Amino acid sequence: MSSPVLSVKDATLKIDDRVLWHKLNLEVQKNEFIAILGANGSGKSSLLKAILGQLPLSAGSIELNSKKIRRGSRRIGYVPQARQPENTMPIRGKDLLWLGLNGHRFGFWVPNKSSRAQFDHIIKAIDGEELQNHAISEMSGGELQRFRVGQAVISEPDLILADEPLSALDYNQQAAIAELLKRESREHNAAVLFVTHDVNPILDMVDRVLYLAEGQFRIGTPDEVLTSETLTELYGTPIDVVRNQGRIVVLGAHDDHDHHHEEEWS
Amino acid sequence: MIFNFSNYDQLLPLVTNSLIVGALLALVGGLVGVFVINRDMSFAVHGISELSFAGASITLLLGGDVVFGSVIGSLFAAVVIGVLGAKAKERNSITAVLMPFGLGLGILALSLYQGRASNKFGLLTGQIVAVDEPQLVAIAAIAILVVVTLLIVWRPLTFASIDHEVAAARGVPTRSLSVLFMVILGLAVAASIQVVGALLVLSLLVTPAASAVRVSRSPFIIPILSVVFALVSVIGGILLALGSSLPISPYVTSISFLIYLVCRIIEWAKKR
Repeated sequence: MSSPVLSVKDATLKIDDRVLWHKLNLEVQKNEFIAILGANGSGKSSLLKAILGQLPLSAGSIELNSKKIRRGSRRIGYVPQARQPENTMPIRGKDLLWLGLNGHRFGFWVPNKSSRAQFDHIIKAIDGEELQNHAISEMSGGELQRFRVGQAVISEPDLILADEPLSALDYNQQAAIAELLKRESREHNAAVLFVTHDVNPILDMVDRVLYLAEGQFRIGTPDEVLTSETLTELYGTPIDVVRNQGRIVVLGAHDDHDHHHEEEWS
Repeated sequence: MIFNFSNYDQLLPLVTNSLIVGALLALVGGLVGVFVINRDMSFAVHGISELSFAGASITLLLGGDVVFGSVIGSLFAAVVIGVLGAKAKERNSITAVLMPFGLGLGILALSLYQGRASNKFGLLTGQIVAVDEPQLVAIAAIAILVVVTLLIVWRPLTFASIDHEVAAARGVPTRSLSVLFMVILGLAVAASIQVVGALLVLSLLVTPAASAVRVSRSPFIIPILSVVFALVSVIGGILLALGSSLPISPYVTSISFLIYLVCRIIEWAKKR
């Protein structure tokens, strides 16, 4: 196997004495699609923040392309949640894509032929030709996420981090956005870390699952991790994983803060 | 009589300095304003301008350079607001705390000041004929510094301002850029105070950009429109004030408000 895109070694993250995960080890290869699952507060988004160098680890290390991570990276594409942007800045869909391509550049820069071609390629891939001149504040959640996926892949990153990119979308849109992300990441050989509270829309496309709970974790294929035995062992309390018509429901997984008596996904 | 344009040809040469300074400030205000709107910092601008007024008043009292004083006051406020008010909510309360403090300090200094009364009033509401050669040089230097710096950081600053989460993930130095922007903003406010006065800085640093985003969505058109709106307000204001006995600020603020109204009407008409 070639050297991993991302390697997390013995990583521990503590926030105010609460251990979110302990001695986490994870190697991500090119083209891999990994879902990060777990209850609210289990440290899924914090893992992404740690990979982005925004949350310092309590112990261990994280390497991107065999180099110690810094604050953010050009080699990373990022897909945020599908919320409507609070600010009223009338930025258009195409501006969002261009920012993904050149937003980090200082000074003067005029699009050259290859960046133009790249833009045209992506706008076609996300089916955004007609929408590109619309303000993003006027787009639906699903439309915005298409541009978000385009923005994340346009710079041909090695790793794509997606933080709950499907939340607030309806089921059909969820499937469409997930398919788009999978297809685009494959085309550019990028690995994907996909944080979600509902694995069902992406169940068919994930290679491995990282499940975080109670400061511990399990990594493996969905069939290995998403079982009553594994999750019962992980949580230390009885968990039922029910499979019904290709969908998975986890019952009895308590939230870390005990707000819910059942995990959110159903 | 409010207007008297009979001696206009003789008056005009007297305000050449003011017109140059006005044009430079319009350029600065129009460009900086785009980011003030993007970063939702309109209220902070007001806070910075009051501290800038305090700095200017104190140096006036002590017999120092007024531009220097307002730069110091501005930068102090910009740094305090920038460091303590990273989040919008905190920023508003810190601004609201600083603002009356700055205004009070400025009024104290002015009431102790024994010099020309027009100097006092000018710092709050603006002045035109008072721009002398050294002031022109100082303001021009600040304006050039601000515009050049803005052009260099334009794209990453835009990215960090409107799409913060993704920009940070992509390695854009969002924290350094936000400190840099506060300094730019502080300098822009300090320079603007010399002409439009502390109370009316918003009409130069916020209104033109706020008008522009009403009628365009293009990241290229918005700054251009914003600068044009600021230019029309300032130059128009100076030329009108020249023929009247009133200070410059009511003209500048009225024109810029009128432009804002028209832009809102255009936006409303387009949506129908």
